[in-house]
Amino acid sequence: MADVPILSLTTFLPLVGALFILLIRGEEQNVARNAKSVALWTSIITFVVSLFILTGFDPSNPGFQLVEEVQWLPAFNIAYIKGIDGVSVWFVLASTLLTPICVVASWDAVEKRVKEFMIALLVLETMLVGMFTALDFVLFYFFFEGVLLPMFLMIGIWGGPNRVYASYKFFIYTFVGSVLMLLAILAMYLTAGTMDMRVMVDYPFSSNMQIWLWLAFFIAFAVKTPIWPAHTWLPFAHVEAPTAGSVMLAGVMLKMGGYGLIRANIQMLPEASFYFQNLVFVMSIGAIIYTSLVALAQSDMKKMIAYSSVAHMGYVSMGIFTMNQQGLDGAMFQMLSHTFVSAALFLCIGVAYNRLHTREMAAYGGMAKNMPRYAVVFAIFMFASVGLPGTSGFVGEFLTMLGAFEANTWVGLFSATGLVLGAAYMLLLFRKLFFGKLDKPEVKAMQDLNWKEVSFFAPLVAIVIIMGVYPASFQNVYNPTLEKILADHQASLRSAGLIEAQPTQTAHVTQETASTAAQGQPVADKASEN
Amino acid sequence: MATFPDLIPALPEIFLAVAAMALLLIGVFRGEGSLRLVSWLAVASLIGAGFLAVTGVGLTGRVVTFNGLFVTDPFAVFAKLLILTASGLSIILSINYLEKERVARFEYPVLAVLATLGMMGMVSANNLISLYIGLELQSLALYVLAAFKRDTVKSSEAGLKYFVLGALSSGLLLYGSSLIYGFTGSVSFERLAEVLTGTPSLGVIVGMVFVSAGLAFKISAVPFHMWTPDVYEGAPTSVTSFFAVAPKVAAMSLFIRVLVGPFGDLTAQWHQVIWFCAAASMIVGSLGAIQQKNIKRLMAYSSIGHIGYALVGLSAGSQEGVRGVLIYLAIYLAMNVGVFAIILSMRQNGRAVEEVADLAGLSKTHPLLAFAMAVFMWSLAGVPPAAGFWGKWAVFLPAIQSQLYGLAIIGVIASGISCYYYLRVIKVMYFDDVTEQLDRPALLTGAVATGAALFVFPVYIFFLAPITSGAAAAAASLFGAR
Repeated sequence: MADVPILSLTTFLPLVGALFILLIRGEEQNVARNAKSVALWTSIITFVVSLFILTGFDPSNPGFQLVEEVQWLPAFNIAYIKGIDGVSVWFVLASTLLTPICVVASWDAVEKRVKEFMIALLVLETMLVGMFTALDFVLFYFFFEGVLLPMFLMIGIWGGPNRVYASYKFFIYTFVGSVLMLLAILAMYLTAGTMDMRVMVDYPFSSNMQIWLWLAFFIAFAVKTPIWPAHTWLPFAHVEAPTAGSVMLAGVMLKMGGYGLIRANIQMLPEASFYFQNLVFVMSIGAIIYTSLVALAQSDMKKMIAYSSVAHMGYVSMGIFTMNQQGLDGAMFQMLSHTFVSAALFLCIGVAYNRLHTREMAAYGGMAKNMPRYAVVFAIFMFASVGLPGTSGFVGEFLTMLGAFEANTWVGLFSATGLVLGAAYMLLLFRKLFFGKLDKPEVKAMQDLNWKEVSFFAPLVAIVIIMGVYPASFQNVYNPTLEKILADHQASLRSAGLIEAQPTQTAHVTQETASTAAQGQPVADKASEN
Repeated sequence: MATFPDLIPALPEIFLAVAAMALLLIGVFRGEGSLRLVSWLAVASLIGAGFLAVTGVGLTGRVVTFNGLFVTDPFAVFAKLLILTASGLSIILSINYLEKERVARFEYPVLAVLATLGMMGMVSANNLISLYIGLELQSLALYVLAAFKRDTVKSSEAGLKYFVLGALSSGLLLYGSSLIYGFTGSVSFERLAEVLTGTPSLGVIVGMVFVSAGLAFKISAVPFHMWTPDVYEGAPTSVTSFFAVAPKVAAMSLFIRVLVGPFGDLTAQWHQVIWFCAAASMIVGSLGAIQQKNIKRLMAYSSIGHIGYALVGLSAGSQEGVRGVLIYLAIYLAMNVGVFAIILSMRQNGRAVEEVADLAGLSKTHPLLAFAMAVFMWSLAGVPPAAGFWGKWAVFLPAIQSQLYGLAIIGVIASGISCYYYLRVIKVMYFDDVTEQLDRPALLTGAVATGAALFVFPVYIFFLAPITSGAAAAAASLFGAR
């Protein structure tokens, strides 16, 4: 197994499928049918192949594994390096799992230009997997930007009535955000002399430089995540995108931001992360409270879920920057949970939309009577989104808040209000859709979930419940990596004199409260220096 | 007693000059209908000249001849290769266009070859006089080409405009040269490099600014860009496709040679000029194109912007910067040849069209052509994984190395803005409905477009390493000679 370049295989297999689809010729109906089945088989095979990543991955090893390295551009010190660690492994699998689900979900929903749609979907998968497995910064940037074209086309061609505006907004926001990151990458390259992310993680950049680099990276990832107030592209993109587009966007693309924040900001720029901690807290709280309130006011159900995504990603950014074990663990878990829950919620909305072709909540009502299976599935994901114990959402939100309370009581307190608001809008949505009188004739005529829909909801339900009941099954894979990240982080802060020197690891809680207490001092010092 | 000069270093140029005369004779004797033959022979002679330039007829490194007027070094060879490739492709593209527009005259390829000869002279110039001769040979041929469709008002206007403004810029250049000669007593690049050290006199600086202005005119850098959109729009499309690449590459290479060679020690003086030109070109290029409906005008502004990016590399003033500019030019060549191949094939019912809106729904009628165009737009916008990203990479890296953070930030903002209009082309092709179908593109044009698209993505991945090392060697030869 060791000789098979499994990561490259997972990355480029979908592209091979896309090329096959490109070659399909003939009558329109046949082309559409063949394109769909090629896409389905390709994505399923890719998923199966990607499972071997999990078997080949050793969770107890916190470093990068399954590394592949090929020389590419020696003049610029750029190489083709791929590898995964505990942080990235789940995202790779999430991408490969969601793609076949998207193919099935768009089986009947996409009617025009099916061939092109499937190509775009598979290219998107390649870019996503490539981005999560890239260990060379240029390669990372390559795939990070490469995601834009398929997504731009997906929103623009198969989207709703306002698709052109949404696709432009999506593109220009994310592009401008990430070109600043490119400048930061260039600056890091000129300082560290390599593009190898493994080296950069350990390279001590000067404190002053870290501030600027951090800002550039943060803008790029804040747009992608998105962190309030850089989130305004997201509701438009979600509302206009076809169901599969929304699923990939919410399920995996938003995680590119969170992944980047951990990989670049936390791991490479520890001092600046420490320095900007409070800024991120304020923005995250802003996201959690403000976007929850905005979600409460929506009449379009897709928009509501879109805003709820921003709120949930607020927990992620908050958890990441608490920089303690619980917070980081919770952020990772919340990202994974959000991957499946938000993907499933968008699929749920897709089910209703395919039947009635409207996203207005007012057009529905009383569906619990004629669509019981649909109501149950929707309820499970609704509860997971709210964070009910026993579902995946609970673990993530609980841990991030635990971390936040440790880092700063006020942050924890404010973030807790988000839970109440989250419950409010999700329950509102559920009530409007499923309860009340079943008096609208077109709603009465709606059919319950068919076998295709059941087939893609079933694995998601299972995952969400397993994650909620037995979270350790997921956590065990990334925890050693997170522990190492945290230890490295604190070591570099200590050597920079930002926190007091102290023994490591054994007594978590006391240590971290001590470090929290020590945090106020140096930040104030820094501020007075400037 | 003057000895007979060594002709070997100038063999590619001599070969091309003889070939041009021979082509003219063939054309005259065969008369009407000889366009195809003369064009292919012209391409063959360009390939021949390229072969001679690459092998160097046994010469390596830097060789000077004609009493120091003419130099050939890896830098010149690299630039010549780009120029010959661009000219050759543009001649191939023009055959079909000229036949369909009923201006199939054999003078066209002959003039293109003569212009190419002038460009080769430019990049090999080692003296202000030979610089001027090369430049004028190129320009005169281009003036005629711009007005090649002499029966249409637009083309004549473009030719006249280009001629008047080109003459003005030549005047600026000559005036600057005379000032430099007056204050230093020499026109030789090597002598100038020796003399111009330390703090130069005011006269030299004024002269240098005039020379820079003349050259900035040729590469259409802001604020000397005004002629570009009009000439691009008015000239026959095949001529525009020629204008867009080869003369730009030649003038840019010449610009580099002049600034790095004779004015190499005056970096502090010219740096601000280039900084301004780069920043202004990027901004004007990205803002100006937003309103354009004509795709040729759009490409004109796009090329202004791209020259701005290339100048970012030059303003870094380092060897890496020059390497970056050369890589940029190589990628720029591929993208522009491809885009113009598609523009040349834009015809509805046999009539050439050039509005962006005419591309509507191209992804349904000609999916491959639309995809190729999308790749080019993607690459021009500088978004990875297309090749255009590497051009930007190669010029921004040295800029940051030289701590030109302001320029780099202006550059990335401009490229963000420019996305808007590049995306608009993609939007029109993919999101809009077909209004009127385009004709099937000619086989040859389609082949060039497809080839260029494949190069821009993904084949370039394998060529990037050799291009980079070639550009690095070229830049090193320029800096080594100082």
